[in-house]
This record gives sequence, structure tokens and C-alpha cells, in this order.
Amino acid sequence: MAEIRIENLKKQFGEFVAVKESSFTVADGEFFVMLGPSGCGKTTTLRMIAGLELPTAGAIYLGGEDVAFKRARERDIAFVFQLFALYPHMNVRRNIGFPLICQGVPTSEVRSRVEETARLLRIDHLLDKPVSGLAGGDRQRVALGRAIVRRPLAFLMDEPLGALDSEFREIMCQELRALHERIGATTVYVTHDQLEAMSMADKIAVMNHGVVEQFASPKEIYDRPASMFVAEFIGSPPMNFLKFEGAIELGAGAVRINGASIGLPAVREGLSSRPLALGIRPEHIRLDDAGELRGSVFGTEYLGTTQIVTVTTAHGTLKARVPADAKAAPGETVGLKLTSGRLSLFDAGNGRAIRTAFHEGGLHG
Amino acid sequence: MAEVRIEGVSKRFGKTLAVDTLSLTIPDGGFVVLLGPTGAGKTTALRLVAGLEKADQGRISIGGEDVTAAPPAVRDVAFVFQQYSLYPHLSVFDNLAFPLRSPTRRVAETDIKTRVTEIAELLRIPHKLQNRATQLSGGEMQRVAIGRALVRRPSIFLMDEPLSSLDAKLRADLRLELKRIQADLGATILYVTHDQIEAMTMATEVGVLSKGKLVQIADPRRIYSDPDDIYVAARLGSPRINLVPAAVLPAAGAPSGTHTIGVRTEHAIVSPRTGEGIAGKVIRIEHLGDQSHLHVDMAGQQLIVLVDPESTLKPGDDVGIRLKSPLFFDAAGRRLRAA
Repeated sequence: MAEIRIENLKKQFGEFVAVKESSFTVADGEFFVMLGPSGCGKTTTLRMIAGLELPTAGAIYLGGEDVAFKRARERDIAFVFQLFALYPHMNVRRNIGFPLICQGVPTSEVRSRVEETARLLRIDHLLDKPVSGLAGGDRQRVALGRAIVRRPLAFLMDEPLGALDSEFREIMCQELRALHERIGATTVYVTHDQLEAMSMADKIAVMNHGVVEQFASPKEIYDRPASMFVAEFIGSPPMNFLKFEGAIELGAGAVRINGASIGLPAVREGLSSRPLALGIRPEHIRLDDAGELRGSVFGTEYLGTTQIVTVTTAHGTLKARVPADAKAAPGETVGLKLTSGRLSLFDAGNGRAIRTAFHEGGLHG
Repeated sequence: MAEVRIEGVSKRFGKTLAVDTLSLTIPDGGFVVLLGPTGAGKTTALRLVAGLEKADQGRISIGGEDVTAAPPAVRDVAFVFQQYSLYPHLSVFDNLAFPLRSPTRRVAETDIKTRVTEIAELLRIPHKLQNRATQLSGGEMQRVAIGRALVRRPSIFLMDEPLSSLDAKLRADLRLELKRIQADLGATILYVTHDQIEAMTMATEVGVLSKGKLVQIADPRRIYSDPDDIYVAARLGSPRINLVPAAVLPAAGAPSGTHTIGVRTEHAIVSPRTGEGIAGKVIRIEHLGDQSHLHVDMAGQQLIVLVDPESTLKPGDDVGIRLKSPLFFDAAGRRLRAA
């Protein structure tokens, strides 16, 4: 297993810059997720790490060695495109052992490594079964086994669960992460699904237009998004924005939006008058008649543990996550109380997060 | 709009019994969602109501009239498919007007205009009426496809995963819109999906299908909190309910015959003090932002438990777990309600 270090990596296709200079380090044994919408450069970055694409500039260190211009097969990594792709005419044992047989590994060693891999995946009882009769989950495990059996320095996965329905995807997410806990292999995983990223990753790089907008732990990215793009891409429903215009004094602990005064963590930057956006996570809004804002309920969505209440206010539409037993009916007028200590502030012109006291607590909590 | 009754309907394709003695009533103005995985018989059920498939046995009535043998055209249903199929050479207006201009309907052009404008307002696309269908975004196209069904005022709308080809954000927006439109129009809808969030958030009643059979039907709150069956309990809720062998959780007040205990993630209370409740060890904590999922090992059984997003528990910590309103199931998966 190995550390992966990316330095000033860049990829251009003709005039189009797919990946602008990006740098980040995936620590040995980390589960790292590159997250972003289609076209953000995440798959291109992954393909450069795999050696399927040559960078325009920059370096890729795999276990300390610069492999940026090495061939894919000299890199000792396993690339999992989409699970499920198995050889239908072979049994489980041969499907898993196939990469080793291709490498000319002696038969006895193939046997022991296949068995070890199958035990790790808890499919050792299926080794001599044909793959055609397997249930979906077991097919996925066999496909994974074929990647694991090689004992590569790192695993690269490109939306491996993309084709699955939501329920099965959730199960496979748990399973992939549990497997990661057992083998501890450095993993780079690409997805556009924020929930997959949040539930599996040790570190996430959120990408947009070829740029890494934020590189941090899931909690840090959720609590302290570096930009409006990140704030909106992460979370379901995403962060609410209240847009307004104003100047901010250094140390201010409140902002005025259409006459309403809303408290927030002390601002650590002074700003001249400009378009701003207050960022509010849905769970930081409570239904409370004494709240700072008022609005009319547009709709409610029951989710079992909680419900989402969509409220139309004079300042914009807000979604609140409230307890499932809270009463709110469409058309009703409600007050909204915001958790001031957890709000974010953005420069709406460039989308950048403005530093507040909340950022200072962050790196430790 | 009208009440639709499905009584003891079965449909077989070769060896597969796709729909197995299905009985279901969609009340006038009801929004019934059938939830099930691929192959559960959801789409076949819809097609039977539409008349696109003929029932092997049973009876279907719409507004009190037996339509079991009636051809699709006389059933007065509107079907919305997963893949929106618009006429690319026509404007949005003409796409919406198309069903009204059918020779069998003979709607006056002034009435068509009123109706189309009304529907466009409802769908929030009045400014797009003159656009070509091909100039729309995915979400707008699907809204037009739904609008083309709405414009007809049929007895019932049949919707087959109409949101599943849209991205997550758009899907969330349209979920809310569709529910609002349904309430505004008092429309009767039979909707099928494999997405439990769609079912829970939109339906007046959720029916859970498994292998062609209706396992349970109830309003979303009831089906979530009071499932009749282990299958239903596992289909609803994200993360999934923890299903633990009864032997692992002794003295949980289980009635006799309990085989499996179902513990929803929000129904296990974790305390950092051991000695309170059942002993467990933290394996991992997932910080999902609005909530955190704690993975706990409890006598070799892994449990996922909801904890406060600010929880400071970490892997290796010993904890005590107390259960709140667990669900008990027998060996066949049927719910055992404590006497």
C-alpha cells in the first residue's frame, strides 16, 4: 500500500482545460473520494493516476515514485470500472484468480491467494459455483475480489455503484467501506453522488470546472464549505442561501437582511458593500413563532426520522429539517429561528466563503 | 377524477407470476405510490390499469365502471413514462395541446388555449410555451411530459418512475411540485417507484410490493412506524433498519416466537457510559453533516445508530446501548406485536 501525491497536475484536451493545476495528497491507507458534477475533471484526474491518460504537466507520486509518464501496467494499481463485469463462463474461483493466472503466478499461489481473498469478502463458500447463478451482491463481491487478489498499491474506482438502484447502492457503500477497514488499501474513488462520498470517505476533494474547490474531511466540508458551489453540492437538501447586499464590518456578529437582523459567528474580514449570501443548513432552522424570519409553508416531506418543510419567505425559499412530529401544514404561516452559531457567509460575487469565528473552532472539532 | 379499484388481479408471463392476486383501491383524489424493487410487478400493475396488459383473472373498475376487458382508449387514463417523449419538432404549446387536438376529442381551439395556459402556469413554464421542445432542460421536458397528461383531466394518472432519469436536485424539486399540483387539482394518481424517498414524501398511501404481491398499504407515517412485515420495515427508512437475531438482544421484552428484532437507527440510544443497556464497541463513525451514523459492534453483530452530529465518540470506545420501541418479527418475517 502507498501514499499518492499529486503535484500541480494539469490536463488539457486541445484548448479545453479539463484539470487545472491541482495538488493534493492521499495518505497511505486512506479512502479518498473525488466528488463533482459531470465534466468537473474528476474522471480525468483518476485516469491520469491510473496511467490511462498522460498529464499535460505535473507529477504523480505513487509510494514516493513519480509515475506520471509510466505505462498503466507498470503502476501496480487496480482499476475498478464498474462492478458486475464478470466472465460468465467461468466459476467464481477462476473469475477471481484470472488476473493472477494472466501474470503467470504459480498455480498453488493462485489457489491460496484466491481463497484468502474470498474469505476477506466472505464468499469462500461460493468459490466453486458458476457466476451466472449468483445474486447481485455476490456478483459485486466477485468483481471486487478480482481487483483485491492482485494486492495492488492502490485501488482506483470510477463510479462503481452508478448503475445500481438506491437501496442496493446503500448496502454496497457500507460493504465497500467495511472491506476498506479490513484491508486498509489506499483507495481513490470517483463519484457525483454526495451521499456516497460523505458516507465512505476519509477525505473528499470537491471539484468544479477542473478545479479542486475544497479538500478536507466530510465533516469539515459539510460544516465549513469553502465556496457556495461546495455548500450547494453537499447535503440533501443542500444549504439554503439568503441573498442580500451590504458591507460587513470586521468583528460584526449579525447581518441585516430586508430589515431582519440575523446573528452569525463573528466575521473575521471587513468587506465593502457587495452582494452577499447567508448560508443556512436545513437542520439549523427551527419552527418557532419567535424566530427572526416568517414565511408560509409551501410543502412538507416526511422522511421517517425527520421531515423537510419548505417555507416561502420574503427573502427567498428555505428548506428546514425538523422533527417528524412537528406540525406544519401547507399555507400556514410559521416563524423560523436560525442557529446563529452555525451559519456561513459568502461573497456572492465570487462564491468564496468569508472567514468567521466558526472557522477557528473547526480544525480541532 | 374517479376511484379506481383493482380486485384480485393476476398476470402471468410464461412461468413468472408478475402480479399475484393484487387488490388495491385508489380513492378519488388519492396519491397511491407502489414501492418495490425491479421485478416486483409495479409496472405490470400500472399497465393492467391502463389496459396495455390484459388481466388473467380479477377485475378492474374506474369510477364504478368495470373496464377489465375495455381497450386502453376508452379507459380515460393518462400515462406518464420514465422517458419523456416529446414531439421535437413542435413547440411546448403544441406538445401540451396535442392530446386535446385528437380527432376523437374535438376540443375548441379557444378552450385548448385556456387549458394549456392554465397547465403551463401550474408547471411554472408559461414563458417557455413558444420554445421548441428540444430547447428545454431535462427538468422542463419532464414537466411538459407531465403537463401533457394533466391537460386531459383523465380519471386517473398512471406514472411509471417519471422522475428517475433526472438528477438529484431536480428530482427533489419536482417531488414537491408534483405533490402540490396533485393537491391543487385533486388528481387521482397511481405512481410506481423503487425510490422509498419518493414514496414517503409524496404519497397519501404507500403500497409495498414484493414478487407481485402487495405486502402492506398504509399512509407513510404508519407504514414507517408500524410495519406488518420485516420486508416492509427494511424497504423504508434510510439508513436501513437494523435487523438483529433475537438471541443477540436478550431481555428486550420480546414476545415469544421472536426471531428477529428490528431497531431503527433513531431507536437505539448510545451512551458513552458502559453498563447502561447492552455493551457495544464503536467501529466507525460517519459524519454525514446533518447527522452522524455510528457503527457499533454488539456481540459480533453490527448496528448502525444515529447520533448527534457533534458526537465525539471514536473507534474503539466502549458504549452502552438502550433500545426504544423495537419491532419484533417471527421466523417468517411477520410482525409480532407485544400483547
